[in-house]
Amino acid sequence: MAGPSATTTQVVKKGWLTVQEERLFDFFDDRRRRYAAYGILLLLALALPRVGDNYVLEIFTNSFFYIVLCLGLNIVVGYAGLLDLGYAAFFAVGAYTTGILTSEAGWNFWFTIPAAALFSAIAGVVIGGPTLRLRSDYLAIVTLGFGEITRIAARNLKELTGGASGLIGIHRPVLFGLELRRISHYYYVFLALVVIALFVSYRLQNSRLGRAWRYVREDEDAAEAMGIDRVAVKLYAYVMGAIFAGVAGCFFAAKMTAISPETFQFMQSATILMAVVLGGMGKIPGMIVGALALVLFPEIFRGIGSVRMLVFGLLLIVMMIFRPHGLWPERRN
Amino acid sequence: MSVFDIVIQQIVNGLILGSFYTLVALGYSMVYGIIKLLNFAHGDIYMVGAFVGFSILSLLSGTLGDEWGGILVAMVLAMVAVGFLGVFIQRIAYRPLLSAPRLSILITAVGVSLVLSNSAMVATSGVYKAFNTGLGYEGFDLGNIHVTFTQLVMMAATVVLMVVLHLFISRTLYGKAMRAISIDMDACRLMGIDVNRVIALTFFIGSALAAAAGVMAGVYYGSIHFFMGFVIGLKAFTAAVIGGIGSIPGAMLGGLTLGLLESFGTQLPGIGTQWKDVFSFGLLILLLIFKPTGILGRTEIERM
Amino acid sequence: MNVLTVKNLNLSFGGLGVISNLSFDVEQGAIVSLIGPNGAGKTSVFNCLTGFYRANSGDISFNGESILRLKPHRITQKGMARTFQNLRLFKSLTVLENVMSGMHCRTGMGAVGAILRHAAQRAEEEEIQQVAERCLDFVGILEQKDRVAKNLPYGNQRRVEWARALATQPKLLLLDEPAAGLNYDEKAQLMKLIRRIREELKITIFLIEHDMSLVMNISEKVVVIDYGQKIAEGDCATVQKDPRVIEAYIGREEAGAHP
Repeated sequence: MAGPSATTTQVVKKGWLTVQEERLFDFFDDRRRRYAAYGILLLLALALPRVGDNYVLEIFTNSFFYIVLCLGLNIVVGYAGLLDLGYAAFFAVGAYTTGILTSEAGWNFWFTIPAAALFSAIAGVVIGGPTLRLRSDYLAIVTLGFGEITRIAARNLKELTGGASGLIGIHRPVLFGLELRRISHYYYVFLALVVIALFVSYRLQNSRLGRAWRYVREDEDAAEAMGIDRVAVKLYAYVMGAIFAGVAGCFFAAKMTAISPETFQFMQSATILMAVVLGGMGKIPGMIVGALALVLFPEIFRGIGSVRMLVFGLLLIVMMIFRPHGLWPERRN
Repeated sequence: MSVFDIVIQQIVNGLILGSFYTLVALGYSMVYGIIKLLNFAHGDIYMVGAFVGFSILSLLSGTLGDEWGGILVAMVLAMVAVGFLGVFIQRIAYRPLLSAPRLSILITAVGVSLVLSNSAMVATSGVYKAFNTGLGYEGFDLGNIHVTFTQLVMMAATVVLMVVLHLFISRTLYGKAMRAISIDMDACRLMGIDVNRVIALTFFIGSALAAAAGVMAGVYYGSIHFFMGFVIGLKAFTAAVIGGIGSIPGAMLGGLTLGLLESFGTQLPGIGTQWKDVFSFGLLILLLIFKPTGILGRTEIERM
Repeated sequence: MNVLTVKNLNLSFGGLGVISNLSFDVEQGAIVSLIGPNGAGKTSVFNCLTGFYRANSGDISFNGESILRLKPHRITQKGMARTFQNLRLFKSLTVLENVMSGMHCRTGMGAVGAILRHAAQRAEEEEIQQVAERCLDFVGILEQKDRVAKNLPYGNQRRVEWARALATQPKLLLLDEPAAGLNYDEKAQLMKLIRRIREELKITIFLIEHDMSLVMNISEKVVVIDYGQKIAEGDCATVQKDPRVIEAYIGREEAGAHP
C-alpha cells in the first residue's frame, strides 16, 4: 500500500455532467475525429434537400445564415473580447449595398459582394477607429448608438433606401445561367457560406492574429508591453466581423428580395450576441450550436414567442454568473 | 414666429429634455464612478419607474386625485420602489461579477436590460399606455410662447432633486464614502468602510432618480411604453460623457447641455426631429474622439 | 555607449510629485540596479521608461533616440522589454502561447496570411515556435510548454514571464523585482540566469530589486532613489558607503520602529 505521496495532487470532485462533457470534449480533441465529424455533418447537410420539405429547408437556410453571423460576431466578442451591441448595422450595410446597387444601379449581384465587404469594412474603421482606444464599456454603448444611427438613416433616407417600407424587388442573382429562385438554391448557397466562414474562422483562430486577439483579450496591458498594438489588433477583429456580416447581408437581400430598416433593430444584434454567448464566446462548434438553438428554439416553442427575449435575458445573466465559458466545456490541460 | 420666440421655445424644450437626461445621467455617472460599470440597464430602470408611477397613480387616483398632489406622491413612492429594485438587481446580477473579466459584467447588464424591457413588453402586450393626468395647459406666456405650469414644476422638481443629491454627497458620511470608494476601493475596505452597503446605496439613489425622470416623462408626454428606456439610456450616457463620466456635477452639466443642444439642433437646416437622435449620437462619437473625459472629468491613470 | 539615458525626468499625479529631476544612464552590456526604500518611485520609473506613464517633463533616450512620447508597444518594438512585479501572464493560455506573444512584434503576418497559409506564413509560424522554445529552454522550463500558465507553481510562472520578455529579442531588459518570492536556491539560479542573459544573449539589464545581497552581488552600477529623487549613483562599494543612502534606509527603519 503506497504511503502519502511526496507531491501534492489536487483532488477535484467533479459532477457527473462535467465528467460526461469532458469525455465528449476529449473525444473530439483529436483533429481527425473533428474533421470526420464535420465531414459527416456536411454529408448530412448535402443530403437534406432530397428528403426535407420546403419548410424544413427554410429553417435550415435561416440557421446557416445565423451561423455565419455568429461566426462573424464570434471574432469580435469571442476572439478579441469586444462587446459589440450594434452588429446588425454591418449586416444592414451589406444588405442595402446589394439592394441599392442591384435595383437602382443595375449591378450584377456578384459584383456587389466585394462592394458590400468594402463598405462594411469602412464602416468598421470609422466607428471602431476612435472608440477602440477607449475602455471596453464605451465600445458597447457606441456600437449600440451606431446600430441605431444605421437604422434611422435607413428609415430616413427615403430616396436611397426606400424609407420605412424598405427596398423591394431586389433582383435574383444568376449563377452560371441558373437564376436562384427556389429555397433549395439558397440552402446550398448558404451552406457554402457556412463552409467558407468556418474555414476562415479556424484559420484565423490558429494564427498569429488569432493569438494576438487572445493576448489582448486576456490582458491588454500585458499584450501592449509585449509589443502588440492593441488598438490595431482590436480594429482588425472589429473590421473582420463587419465584413462577415456585410457579406451575409448581401445574400440575405438576394434571398428575401425585400429588406426594411426594422430587420436591423437592436433586438437582432442582441439575439446574435445571445447565440454567441450561449455557444461559448470563442469556440467555433459552439457557434453552430448557438445559432441552431437560436433558430430552432422559437420554432419548437412557438407558443411562448413573446417571452423568448425575456428568457434570453435571464439566460445571459445566469450564464455569466454560473457558466461564463458557455454551454461548451472549458479547456483544460 | 420670430427668432426670439424660437429661441425661447427651444430653451424651454431644452431645459425639460435636459432635466430628464440629467436625472438619468446622474445614475449612470454615480454607478460608473463607484464600480466603473456602465450600467446598460439603467435606461430600462427609467422605464420601470414610469410604469410603477403610472400604476400607483391609477390605483390611488381615487384618494389622491390625479393632479399634482397625486402625481408627486406616486412619484416618490415609485422612486422608493424602483430604488429597491436597483439594489436588488445589483445584488443578484452585478455583485457576483465584480472580480470577473469586464466582458462578463457588461453582458450581464445587457441581460438585465432584456429582462426588464421584455417583462414590460409582456405585461403590456406591447401596447403604449396612456398616462392620463388631470393636469391642464394652464401657464403663462413669454412673448408668443406658452410655458405651462407643468413644465415649471418639472424643472423645479429636478432642481430640488439635484440640490438634495449635492447636499447628500458633500455633507453626509455616505456621500464621502462614495467619493472615497471611487478613488480606491481596496483602501476603503481596509479602512473599515462597508463598501457593499455604499454601493447598494449608490444604486438606490441612481435608480430612484431615473424613476423620477420616468414618472415625469410619462406625465409630460402622456404615454409610456416598454421600449422607452432604450433611447434615453443612450442619451443619458451621452450626457454623462459630455459632462465627464464619473463626475456628478458633470452629469448635471452634461444633461442640461445635451438637452439644449438637441433642442437647438433640431432647428438646424436639414436636421429636424427625425434626425435628432442621429445628431446626438454623432455628438457622442465626436466627443469620444476628441475629448473622452468630457468637460469636468479627470483622466484616469492606470496603476501597473 | 549608453543604451539608456534619462535626463531631468519629472512625473507628478494631480499635484503629488512622484519623480523629481531624475537623471541617470545605463551603459550597453551592463547590469544596473535601481534601488530605494518602499514607495521611492521605482516602479513608476519603469512605467515611464516603458511608456505606460507619461512623464511631465524631461527626456528618455534609448539607443540615441528619444522615446518619451512613444506608446508602450512601440517602445517594446524598439528593443526594450519588461517583466512585471506582480506577474502578468496570460493566465488561461499555455506556457508556449505566452512566450510566443513576444515574437508578435518581430513578425508581420496578418489576416490574409492566416487564411491562405502560404509558404511564407508557415515559415513564420515555424520561426515563432522555434524562438519561443529556445527562450523556454534558456530559462529551463521547456518541458512545461504545453501546460496552462495558471497551473504552474509561482517559481515557474516567473520563468515564463522572463522567457516571454526574452522572446521579444530586446536590447535592454527591465526586470521588476525578479527575486520577489524566491527562496535562496532560486535566487542563486536567478543570478546565474541574469549573467547568462548578459553574456550569451548580449542583453543589457536594468533591474529593480529589494534584496540587497542580490543587488550587490550582481550589479555593476547602482542607482538609488528616494521620494522620487536620485540620491546616489555609482558602483556597489561607493553606494554602500554613501551616507545619504544609509540615512534613507536607516532613517526609514527608525521611523518604522517608533510605536
